[in-house]
Amino acid sequence: MSFSAWSALLAAVALLAVVLLKPDPLANTFFEGLAGDADRGALVFAAAGCASCHTAPGAEPSETPVLTGGRRFASPFGTFAAPNISSGPQGLGNWSDIDIANAILLGEGLNRTHLYPALPYSAYRNMTRQDAADLIAYLRTLPPANTPNQPHDVGFPFNIRLGIGVWKVFFNRGDWILETVQSPEMERGRYLVEVLGHCGECHTPRGILGGLDRSRWLAGAPNPAGQGQIPNITPGKLGWSTEEIVEFLSTGFTPEFDTAGGQMAEVIAGLARLPQSDLEAIAAYLKAVPALD
Amino acid sequence: MTPMTKIPFATAVLGMIATVAIGADHIDPAVGAAIKARQSHMQLFAFNLGTLGGMAQGKIEYDADAAQIAASNLDALASVDFHPYFVVGSSSADASDTRALPAIWEDPEGVLAALAKLQGATAEMAGSAGGGLEGLQAAMSALGGACGACHQAYRAPAN
Repeated sequence: MSFSAWSALLAAVALLAVVLLKPDPLANTFFEGLAGDADRGALVFAAAGCASCHTAPGAEPSETPVLTGGRRFASPFGTFAAPNISSGPQGLGNWSDIDIANAILLGEGLNRTHLYPALPYSAYRNMTRQDAADLIAYLRTLPPANTPNQPHDVGFPFNIRLGIGVWKVFFNRGDWILETVQSPEMERGRYLVEVLGHCGECHTPRGILGGLDRSRWLAGAPNPAGQGQIPNITPGKLGWSTEEIVEFLSTGFTPEFDTAGGQMAEVIAGLARLPQSDLEAIAAYLKAVPALD
Repeated sequence: MTPMTKIPFATAVLGMIATVAIGADHIDPAVGAAIKARQSHMQLFAFNLGTLGGMAQGKIEYDADAAQIAASNLDALASVDFHPYFVVGSSSADASDTRALPAIWEDPEGVLAALAKLQGATAEMAGSAGGGLEGLQAAMSALGGACGACHQAYRAPAN
C-alpha cells in the first residue's frame, strides 16, 4: 500500500474510533409516562450517597444539602474535583431531566462528552427509571449554589476524555455481581448495594486501569486517599450479625461501640435516613456474597 | 576550630544525639499518660453505649432503670473537661500509639463545636432512654452521628 493509502486507512480507523467511542445518549422518551416524586427522591438521594461527594468540603449533614461541589478525590489517575450539582445555573439548573439522567446513568455530560468514572455511573446504570425520575425531582428542590466548578487535576493520557470510552467498553458492564437472589428482600439488598449504594466503588479493589476486580467483590481495598485500608465486608472477614450490621448502618456504631470514620461516616449519614427494612435488606445481601479472605 | 569553640560545639552535637535517641525510644511519660487516659475515657463511653445499643438492637431486654443509668453516665462522661487529655505533643504525628490527628490542636474551635454536639446528643439520650425503647432507639442515631463526625474529622483511620 502507498503512503497515502495508509494515511487514509489510519484516518478512517481514527474516525471510526471517535464515532464508536462517543457516548450514545438515552432516548428522549426515557421518562415518558413517569412523574418524579421529590419525597421518594430524597430516599434515593440518601441511598446513593450523593451528598457525601457533592456537598462542600467539611459541610455538615443537612435536611436540605447544598450541592456546591469542590471536594477533591485523589486517585492513581489524578485528582478529581466534585462538580456543583445544585439547582442553580452553575449546577444543573440549565440541564434537562434527560441531560441529568445521561450523566448519572451513562456517565455522559453535555455535548456528548464522557464523564470520569469518579461518578459511579457503572453502578448507577441499573437505577430504575422511576428512581432516576424521583432523584432528579428531588435535586431540583435543593438550594442553588453559585460556586463555579473546579477543574480536575488529571495528567496525560487520562485527560483525553475519549479514552473513557475505551474504559467503559471494558468496565461499564451492567450485569449483576450476585447473579441470583432468592427473595424480594435480597433483590432489594442487591439493588441498594450494587446500584444505589455503589459500595463496591470503595470496598472492591481495582486493577491497573481502575476497573473493579469483580472476583474480589467487597473484599476490601487500599484507601485511594492514601491512609488506611477500606475493610473487607464479605462474610470472610465481617463476622457481624444482621442486627449489628443494621445498627452500624443506622448509627455508625460497631459492635464494640467504636464508630465509622472517614468517608463511611458520611455514607451512614445518608443510610440512616432509609427505612429499617432497607438496612435489613443490605445486611441480608452482605451475608450472601461470596466469603473472601 | 579553637579548643574554646570546640566544647560548646561538641556539647550541642551530643545534645542533638541525646534528643534524637530519647525521641525514638521513649515518649514523655506525661504524653503517654494523657494518651492512655483519653483512650480509657473512650472505653467508658463504649461500655455505657453497649448497654443502650444492646437494648436498641434487641440483644438485651429493655430495662428503663438500666437504660437511664447508662444514658446519664454518658451525659456525665461528655461533660468532662477534655483539655488535660490532649496535651501538646500527643498527636498521631508525635506518638505511634494514638490516632488523634494534629487537626485537634490546629482547630480547637472545631473540636469544641463537635464536643458541644456530643453533649447535645447525650443530653437527648439522657432525656429519653428511661422513657421507653422507641425513644432510646431514636436517640441512638444522633449520638452515633456526633461520635462519628468528630472521629471523621479528628481521628486517623485504623491501621
